[in-house]
Amino acid sequence: MAVITTGKRVRWTIIDVIVVVYALVPVLWTLSLSFKSKATIGDGSFIPQEWSVQSYVDIFQTNDFLLALVNSIGISLIATAIAVVLGTMAAYAIARLDFPGKTALVGFSLLVAMFPQVSLVSPLFSIERSLSLFDTWPGLILPYITFALPLAIYTLSAFFREIPWELEKAAKMDGATPAQAFRRVIAPLAAPGVFTTAILVFIFCWNDFLFAISLTATTRSRTVPAALQFFTGASQFEDPTGQICAAAVVITIPIVLFVLFFQRRIVAGLTSGAVKG
Amino acid sequence: MAEIVLDKVTKRYADGALAVSDVNIEIADGEFVILVGPSGCGKSTTLNMIAGLEDITGGELRIGGVRMNEKAPKDRDIAMVFQSYALYPHMTVRENMAFPLRLAKVDNATVTRKVEEAAAILDLKAHLDRKPANLSGGQRQRVAMGRAIVRSPKAFLMDEPLSNLDAKLRGQMRTSVSRLQKQLGTTTVYVTHDQTEAMTLGDRVVVLRGGLVQQIGAPQFLYDHPANLFVAGFIGAPAMNFLPATLENGSLSTPLGTVALTDRVRRAAEAADAPREVIMGVRPEHFEDASLVDAAALDRGASFDAQVEVLESMGAEKFAYFSVEGGEAHASDLADLAADAGSAGVPDTGSQVVTRLSAASAVAEGQPAKFWFDTDKVQLFDPASGANLTYSAD
Repeated sequence: MAVITTGKRVRWTIIDVIVVVYALVPVLWTLSLSFKSKATIGDGSFIPQEWSVQSYVDIFQTNDFLLALVNSIGISLIATAIAVVLGTMAAYAIARLDFPGKTALVGFSLLVAMFPQVSLVSPLFSIERSLSLFDTWPGLILPYITFALPLAIYTLSAFFREIPWELEKAAKMDGATPAQAFRRVIAPLAAPGVFTTAILVFIFCWNDFLFAISLTATTRSRTVPAALQFFTGASQFEDPTGQICAAAVVITIPIVLFVLFFQRRIVAGLTSGAVKG
Repeated sequence: MAEIVLDKVTKRYADGALAVSDVNIEIADGEFVILVGPSGCGKSTTLNMIAGLEDITGGELRIGGVRMNEKAPKDRDIAMVFQSYALYPHMTVRENMAFPLRLAKVDNATVTRKVEEAAAILDLKAHLDRKPANLSGGQRQRVAMGRAIVRSPKAFLMDEPLSNLDAKLRGQMRTSVSRLQKQLGTTTVYVTHDQTEAMTLGDRVVVLRGGLVQQIGAPQFLYDHPANLFVAGFIGAPAMNFLPATLENGSLSTPLGTVALTDRVRRAAEAADAPREVIMGVRPEHFEDASLVDAAALDRGASFDAQVEVLESMGAEKFAYFSVEGGEAHASDLADLAADAGSAGVPDTGSQVVTRLSAASAVAEGQPAKFWFDTDKVQLFDPASGANLTYSAD
């Protein structure tokens, strides 16, 4: 093991601090702005001179934000659930089975992941309008699933490859049907991978702005990232900076909770002890 | 419990490779049978076909008189112990062992009782609530055994279950596997590449090479009466010595000198219509330090001089190694054995001979010594076919 000298430690600490500050300053700035009163919002001080929760009160007083929040949560959760279930089955097949067209399937999903989404917005807009999907939940859920699936398949098949093949054979010998072997042996072991994937997919859906702004028109399906664009102040001349910041803070909370909640389940080395080595 | 019959079982992979060819084995109820051979000989494939983890291309597999070819592993009622143990890492030892019973929908009281019984037999009672990750190699191996025995299946299949253990533990586990099998009396098929395990564990040993059965028999019988060069070289450690030899008028000229054939060897060679050029096989223990052999015995065997190159004193016995001039015995069987031992391609001038001498022998490394060997124990092989020309079933 390399010896960590004091100089090395100081250097690393400085680098760490720089990275953390660089990443956190905008977040803290947003947090600070959301707690400033209307009068002091432009004063430029990092710590609010006058603490106020008025911005939060404001965003929850209008229906728009609440509806957008409900849309965001609903659409993201449904898209995540479907993408993870489909992704799990596809990834399992890719990791375990040899079937004709496997390479083509993997290549195709890679193609989907690399496709520039912006080039699809206009065709999708036309298609969804003629199919009456425009400005509906399924209208966002479907493209989210499409673009989240390659991500889910790649992450999950990596996890499935880690699970020793012999465990499944052992389950079969112990009297399990293929479905029982999957449910009682493979699925519990793949759980960390499934949760990791779920987090990634959820964040992807939650953060999406491009589809949300293009494929929605009303509060019926508009998600928070899109709804923020439509925030207005009390009058046309008032800048809604405070409310936007408050909304940004509010929509960050579910992501933080989501990660904190599932982080415990992402235990590295869960399969250790299954086989020698 | 049941007998297992492999009737002309064949495995051919989709790419045309023949893994197992026309294997006929009848395993009696309660018998302990070992499948042994070098890697790639088809022993694991055969075991997987009995388990149902691989399809059978041709022939029939019967367990307890019922055709099993099309049955799923879970419907065959056999348990398997894997080389890697394949324990379920998210379950405790107790849950691991209970898993087959839970799948069979056994009631809770019975599950608890059977798991406790198995844990008692395998000395695992103290570890029932631990996870496999926190167990030592030997304990994991015992849990894998426990998972197999709780269900009282018709048969046990074991795929090199001891090869991941260190040498000392392997020796201990070998005796406990043997004791456990006798205690339970369950038909067992055991795959190994270790000829010591093959010799010590089984009632009968099946030697496989390239997907073909070479010989089936009791370990001692295989040792004393190998059907061909491959079995002769594979069974026994250190291995049998093979030297090129020429048969002439009832005597055998070998790199160790010209040897008069004994009646038994001559009759067998004549009956087998032996060719002129043969390969002579002598087990290390049929050599002795000539100075320790009494006069009557000296006449029954042949003596020769050689320079001892390496001497390994094991305490109870001594192994003396020397080289002889006159070329090396060549046969495809021997090439296979060399490849398995990893010595293929090692440059060799002449043949290396290993002898097992009594501890009382005074031979010394680097010194010439006079050796004797028992000519009645000599086996002759056909270099072309590998067949044992002196083979007899008694």
